[in-house]
Amino acid sequence: MSISSDAPTGPSSPKSSRKELPDVGNPAADKIFSGISLAAGILILVVLAAVAIFLVAQALPVFTADSEDLSQGSFLKYIYPLVIGTLIASAIALLLATPVGIGVALYISHYAPKKISQAVGYVIDLLAAIPSVIFGAWGASVLAPKIVPFYDWLATYFGFIPIFEGPASQTGKTILTAGIVLGIMILPIITAMCREIFVQTPLLQQEAALGLGATRWEMIRMTVFPFARTGIVSSVMLALGRALGETMAVTLVLASGPLTASLIKSGNQTFASEIALNFPEAYGIRMSELIAAGLVLFVITLVVNVIARMITSRYKEFSGAN
Amino acid sequence: MSSSTAVTSRLTSGQAPKWLVPAIGLGAVVLGAALSALIGFSIGTWAIFAGLLFVIVAPLVVSMIEGRRKGADSFVRFLVYGAFIVALIPLVSVIWVVLSKGIPGLSMNLLSTSMRGVTGVHDNAAAEGAGPIYGGIYHAIIGTLEITLLATLISVPIGLLTSIYLVEYAKNGPLGKAITFFVDVMTGIPSIVAGLFAASFFALTTGDPSERTGLVAAVALSVLMIPTVVRNAEEMLRIVPNELREASYALGVRKWRTIVKVVIPTAISGIASGVTLAIARVIGETAPILVTAGFVTSINWNAFSGWMATLPTYIYYQIMTPTSPTAASISETRAWAAALVLIIIVMLLNLIARAIAKFFAPKTGR
Amino acid sequence: MSKRIDVENLNVYYGDFLAVEDVNMTIDARSVTAFIGPSGCGKSTFLRTLNRMHEVIDGAYAKGKVLLDGEDLYGRGVDPVKVRSQIGMVFQRPNPFPTMSIRENVLAGVKLNNRKISKSDADELVESSLRGANLWNEVKDRLDKPGSGLSGGQQQRLCIARSIAVKPDVILMDEPCSALDPISTLAVEDLINELKEEYTVVIVTHNMQQAARVSDKTAFFNIAGTGKPGKLIEYAPTQEIFNNPKEKATEDYVSGRFG
Repeated sequence: MSISSDAPTGPSSPKSSRKELPDVGNPAADKIFSGISLAAGILILVVLAAVAIFLVAQALPVFTADSEDLSQGSFLKYIYPLVIGTLIASAIALLLATPVGIGVALYISHYAPKKISQAVGYVIDLLAAIPSVIFGAWGASVLAPKIVPFYDWLATYFGFIPIFEGPASQTGKTILTAGIVLGIMILPIITAMCREIFVQTPLLQQEAALGLGATRWEMIRMTVFPFARTGIVSSVMLALGRALGETMAVTLVLASGPLTASLIKSGNQTFASEIALNFPEAYGIRMSELIAAGLVLFVITLVVNVIARMITSRYKEFSGAN
Repeated sequence: MSSSTAVTSRLTSGQAPKWLVPAIGLGAVVLGAALSALIGFSIGTWAIFAGLLFVIVAPLVVSMIEGRRKGADSFVRFLVYGAFIVALIPLVSVIWVVLSKGIPGLSMNLLSTSMRGVTGVHDNAAAEGAGPIYGGIYHAIIGTLEITLLATLISVPIGLLTSIYLVEYAKNGPLGKAITFFVDVMTGIPSIVAGLFAASFFALTTGDPSERTGLVAAVALSVLMIPTVVRNAEEMLRIVPNELREASYALGVRKWRTIVKVVIPTAISGIASGVTLAIARVIGETAPILVTAGFVTSINWNAFSGWMATLPTYIYYQIMTPTSPTAASISETRAWAAALVLIIIVMLLNLIARAIAKFFAPKTGR
Repeated sequence: MSKRIDVENLNVYYGDFLAVEDVNMTIDARSVTAFIGPSGCGKSTFLRTLNRMHEVIDGAYAKGKVLLDGEDLYGRGVDPVKVRSQIGMVFQRPNPFPTMSIRENVLAGVKLNNRKISKSDADELVESSLRGANLWNEVKDRLDKPGSGLSGGQQQRLCIARSIAVKPDVILMDEPCSALDPISTLAVEDLINELKEEYTVVIVTHNMQQAARVSDKTAFFNIAGTGKPGKLIEYAPTQEIFNNPKEKATEDYVSGRFG
C-alpha cells in the first residue's frame, strides 16, 4: 500500500510541477488477486479429476483379484443386479414424481391465487430441505407398515403380473416402497424447475390463446407445454440423477436381497444403499469392490447429468432466455 | 357465471349451475365411503375412492352440459389440484410423525449426554418402565456442528473465489466454460460417491485404508457444498450492475478492491443466504458421513483424529442397529428426537437464509 | 488542477473491428468540450479512451497517443488505475453505490483505496465536494442516508461530487443527463458551467441544445455506415459548429436533417 507516485509514468518527461498523485495501491495486488481466484477455479477441476483418479486407483484391485476373493465370483456378476435395482427404484420414483411434480408446478404457475402459490412455493422448498435420513426413517417406520395391505391386495388381484407376484412382503420394505420414498424426495426438484420455466412462458402468447377463446387447459397445451418441453425433460433428467445416487431412502426402507422381478417382495438392491450398508465394515478387496461400484454409479449419474445439461443449454440458445 | 338465476343471456346459457360441482364432490365422498366399506373401510381407501370418483365424474358431467372442451379443461384443473394435495400428504405426514414421535423423547438429558455406557440393559429397563431413557445426542450435535463448520470453512473461500473468477475474470474463455461445466457436473455427484472419494483420498495419502475422522467427512461434504456455493455466488455476482464496477474504476480504484469492496458488499446478502442454504443441505447428509467419519457413542471434540458421530448417522444407527434389539422402541424414540432436533436446525437455517436475503439486501430506493 | 489533453492519431478497436479512426484533437484546460454525433459514431468509445475506461470492455484497445499536459496516458508502464485517478468519469445513468450512505459515496474514492483520512479532513472533503456539486444544501441533513434514496438528478450530482472528491484534473461525462428529467438536467447543466472554473470537462451528449448551452468547443463525430469506423468530422468553437459549420455533414446533423 505504500508505493506512491514514483511509479514510471511513461516517456514524456515531467515538465510541470506535478502534484502528488493519490496512492492507488500496488498494481501487483491485482495480479495476485486474480491469480488466487484462478487457482480456486482450477482447484475445482483438480478435485473433480481427483475424484475420478482416486476412485479408479482404489477400485483397480478388483479387476486383478482372484475370483474367489470377490463376493460374487466376478465383478460383473456383482454389479449387474445393482444396476438393475437402481434403475427400477429410480424408474418408479420418476413415474410417480413426474406427473405430480408437473401438476404442482402448474398449480403454482397457472392455477393457484398469487398468495397461495407463494405459500406453496415455500412448502415445496420445505419438502426439499428435509434431510434424506428423515425421509428414510419415515418410509421405514410409517409408510412401509401402512402400505402392506395394499401390497397384499395387489398380490391377490394382480399377482399374475410378474412385478406384483406374491406373496407380498409383510414388512412393506420393498423396492416399490423405496421408489415411492425416492419419488417424494425428487418431487421438489421437478416442481421447482418446471415452475421456473412455466412462469417464463411469454405472457403475450398465453393471452393470445385465451383471446382466441381457448380454455385454460387448451392455452397451457398450446403455449406453456411447447415452450417448456425441453425444460421439463431436463428437470426430469436432473431428478433422475438425484434418484440414482440417493442412499438413505433406500438403505432404511428396503430389505435388500437378490434380484427379483416382483416389486412387492423384499429383495433387490441399489448401488448407493449397497455401499452405505457394507462400507463401514469393509476392508481389502471388499472395500475395492464397493469403491468400484461407486465408480460405476458415478459414471451413470455423470452421463445422466451431462445429458440433462446439454438439453438445458440447447434450450437456452433456442429460447433466447437468459 | 351462474345460470341458476332467472335471467338467461347468450353469454351465460349452457353453463353448469354453480352448485353442481360441489354436489358431485359430496356425492363422491359418500359413494367413496360406501365403496371403501365394501373392501374393509379405511381412511386411505376412502380418500382414494372419493378422489377418483370426483375427478372422473365431475368433468364428465361438465362436458355433458358445457361441451367436451370445457370438460377437458375441468378434468385437468381437478388433476392439478389433486397433484397439489397428493404432494402435501407426505410432507404433512413427515412433519406430523417427526413432531409426534420426536417431542416425547426430547429432554435436557437427551441434549446433554452422549450414548457412552448406555447398553441394552438400560433400554430393556426403560421399555419395562423400570427406569428412565438414558443416552442422548450431545456427541452427535458436536460432530454435526464441527464437521459442518469445517466443510463451510473449506467450501466458502474456494466457492466464492471460483465464482469471482468466473464472473470477473474468465470472460468467455475456454477455462471459464470448462469450470462452469464441471461445476455443473459436480452438482450431480451422488453424496455417497463424494464420501467414497474423501475416504479413498485420505486412505491413499495417509496410508491407512480406514482413516476416518471429522476432517475426512468435512472434505466429503465440501465436494457436495462447493458447487452449490459457486453456482449461487455466481448468480449473485452477475446481478451486480456493471455500472457500479465502472463507477469504482473511474474513481481510480483497482479491480481487486472494486471486487472486494463494491461488488461483494452489494451481493453479500444473496451470497450469505446461498451459503446458509448450502449448509442446511449438507448438514442433513448421512451417506458420506457413514463412509468417512465412522460412528462413535462417546464425545470426540477433535475433528482431526478419531471417529465422530453426527445427527444423521446417529438417527441411522439407532434405527438400523438398536441399542437393545429386544427393546428397539427406545432407540427409535431417541432417533425421532434426534430427527426433530435435526429438522429444527435445518428449518432454522432456512429461515435465517430468508431473513438474510430479505433484511440485508442493499436498499435500492427507487 | 486543470489540464489540457492532446490526442494524436488515436485509433480504437474492438477486437479486429476498427471503431474509431484516427482522431487528432486538443482539448483545452478550464473549458467544456462537447462531443456530438449520431448513435454508434464512436463518441462514447472515444471518450472512454481518454481515461482508459475502454479497457474494461472485453477486447477493446486503443493505438495512438493521449497526452495529459504532455504525459502520454498510453506510455509504457503507465498504470491505468493512476490515469483514472486523475481523469474522472460520470456515467449515463446515475450509479451511486447502493451499500453506502451519501457521505460514504462521496468518500468512496478515498475509502475504497484504503487511504487514511482524519474525520475532520473527511468532513471537509464531503462538504467541499457536495458544495462543488451544488448538492450540499439538499443533503446536508441526511448524509447518513443511502445515496440511492435521492432523486435521479440528485443522484447524478452525487456521482459528480464523488468524482470531484478524488481531485481529478479532468472530468469526463458520458451523456450525464440522458436519464434525467428537464429540471434535473438544468441543475446538472448549471453545475457543468461552474465546474469548468476548476476542471477540464468533456461531455458526450445526444442533445444538441445541451451542447450549445454548456460547451465552449464542440466536436462532431460521424459514421459512414454500419461496419465503418467512426470519425471526427469537425472540431471547432461551439458557436461556429452550430452557426456556420464548414462540413456539409455537420450542417445536416445540427440542423436536424439527419441523425
